[in-house]
Amino acid sequence: MPHDHIISAKQLSRADIEEVLDRAAEIDDNPAAFTQRHPGALLGLLFFEPSTRTKMSFTAAIKRLGGDVVDMGPVEYSSVEKGESLADTVRVVEGYADALVMRHPSEGSAKMASEFVDVPLINAGDGAGQHPTQTLLDLYTIRENAGLDDLTIGIMGDLKYGRTVHSLAHALTNFDATQHFISPESLKLPRSVRYDLHEEGATIREHTELEPILSSLDVLYVTRIQKERFPDESEYRAVAGEYQIDAQTLEEVNDDVTVLHPLPRVDEIDHDVDATEHAQFFEQAHNGVPVRMALLDLMLEGESA
Amino acid sequence: MSDDEQLRVSKIPRGTVIDHITGGEAMHVLSILGIEGGDGDTVSIVMNAPSDRLGTKDIVKVEDRELSQAELDVLSLIAPAATINIIRDFEVVEKDRVSRPEEVAGVLSCPNRNCITTGNEPVESRFDVLAEGVRCAYCGTIVRDDIADLID
Repeated sequence: MPHDHIISAKQLSRADIEEVLDRAAEIDDNPAAFTQRHPGALLGLLFFEPSTRTKMSFTAAIKRLGGDVVDMGPVEYSSVEKGESLADTVRVVEGYADALVMRHPSEGSAKMASEFVDVPLINAGDGAGQHPTQTLLDLYTIRENAGLDDLTIGIMGDLKYGRTVHSLAHALTNFDATQHFISPESLKLPRSVRYDLHEEGATIREHTELEPILSSLDVLYVTRIQKERFPDESEYRAVAGEYQIDAQTLEEVNDDVTVLHPLPRVDEIDHDVDATEHAQFFEQAHNGVPVRMALLDLMLEGESA
Repeated sequence: MSDDEQLRVSKIPRGTVIDHITGGEAMHVLSILGIEGGDGDTVSIVMNAPSDRLGTKDIVKVEDRELSQAELDVLSLIAPAATINIIRDFEVVEKDRVSRPEEVAGVLSCPNRNCITTGNEPVESRFDVLAEGVRCAYCGTIVRDDIADLID
């Protein structure tokens, strides 16, 4: 892994991605071989925003490599409450850990923090910016279910503020993928992401309805539309209702599409999808452990080399 | 400069004359250069003078300071046609155009209120200069129009 820090999916080449996914596959095949890869290694967790999956899977990942975590804990019990800057916090915590994982509500926070530390820093979500490790586990799941080349993917929901969407869209430009983006007009991809995709020469299409393209998709990646993005509840309900998927629609229109979701979901994927073969989102969440193990293994390996 | 313009503001003995500034942008030029009048520099400004090339133009003369090319290149974002004259003993000793820098640091503030650079952090704003507009090096926000509004 040639990178000191993992800040954005934009920095990941196809070779970087494949190195992580291949290592994750090795771990999946034989997890016992990795249990003592990094004995005593300490991963510093700085979550300035709530997290279930990301935080728990990073914790599981470092423990399964023989290491452990040091956790800042909730912001309200930390020195952040006393007005400490993020720059100071990370400079202090880097002295306690071999690598840092950080989630913060401000865009650009991970990049800034990385400029103040020498240990590897992994962005676990910076506001509406990026979430590159989610993307790695998304790609791992897509590779297992549909393959990453000659891929037609639909990405639906909150494309404007959805950091998992931004990271995934960037990463997919490394592969032969056609990306369809489906969202209400007010939640379309931000200008900055569209600019990057254009610069990379990616094939992208934007839609406001799923129905016309659903039959062409290998993968449908659904994200949550958040209530707080709308001025009132009734407007939210009207819009969100148009971006929901259920088992009957899938069976009628495309009976072999893989459905993914970074979770948590609210009601954008009906629970009747869960029992179908389309549903791979729980598997996707579970893949967070081997993929994050693989990333940590490669980064810590580089550190001790 | 025509004789007419010479009459508006007299020649300076030594310093920098920035000519062909887009009409109305002189105050932004001073902001970018950090010239606020408090440090005692003698500064003359002509605004909205007629110009064959630009329609109207502004001119800024800063006495006793020779501004560096790096300082002046930032001006290209709001005054792409600006020309720089370095003056010694009332004579122009150097004449240059501004060119677009690859990045500008500490001059613009990010319009994204959720960008880390707008918080209370010890970090200078940094923007990459694109073919059209600028882009925050931290949050990625792209600004194409009204860049002058971002001047700190």
